[in-house]
Amino acid sequence: MKLGRIVGSVMCTVKDPGLEGARLLLLQPVDEGGRAYGDPLIACDAVQAGPGDLVLWEGGREAAMTLPDSFNPADAAVMGIVDRVDA
Amino acid sequence: MTLGRVTGTVVSTMKIPDLRGRKLLLVQPLDPYGNPAGRTVIACDTVQAGEGDTVMLIDEGNSSRQILGAPKAAVRTTIFAIVDQIRTGKDA
Repeated sequence: MKLGRIVGSVMCTVKDPGLEGARLLLLQPVDEGGRAYGDPLIACDAVQAGPGDLVLWEGGREAAMTLPDSFNPADAAVMGIVDRVDA
Repeated sequence: MTLGRVTGTVVSTMKIPDLRGRKLLLVQPLDPYGNPAGRTVIACDTVQAGEGDTVMLIDEGNSSRQILGAPKAAVRTTIFAIVDQIRTGKDA
């Protein structure tokens, strides 16, 4: 998993049926010091995260596995809301 | 399988059920000579590793699910060994 900061959300009425009901969030990858790196991406939300939250996220097949029906095209998902990082 | 050094912990209360009860550690990937190699990742710990430990980790879903004994868990990065010693070159 990696750390990220939620910077927004994305609404889509028309979408692949596999993503029906999924919340989509705009996520900025950050390092353990909270510094942004790379480009923002869109991730499915499995934990009711909101703007400003520091989160745990994962890309790839594991992202799809966080939705109720795992046969979906998601390639990034928010898996946890971070309370604290002790580095 | 790669080498890494545990640099800290991550605490998360709101998380997917697959991660409940799992210890999450910050790991700096290392090359065989102990130099940092790439960005810090967050891994599930299965061997009670602690800060400063050199560990082996795997960054692959099916391997992680096997290590965790959880065939459907959405987990990709897992610490599965604490390294005692690394030998390189002629000593290996």
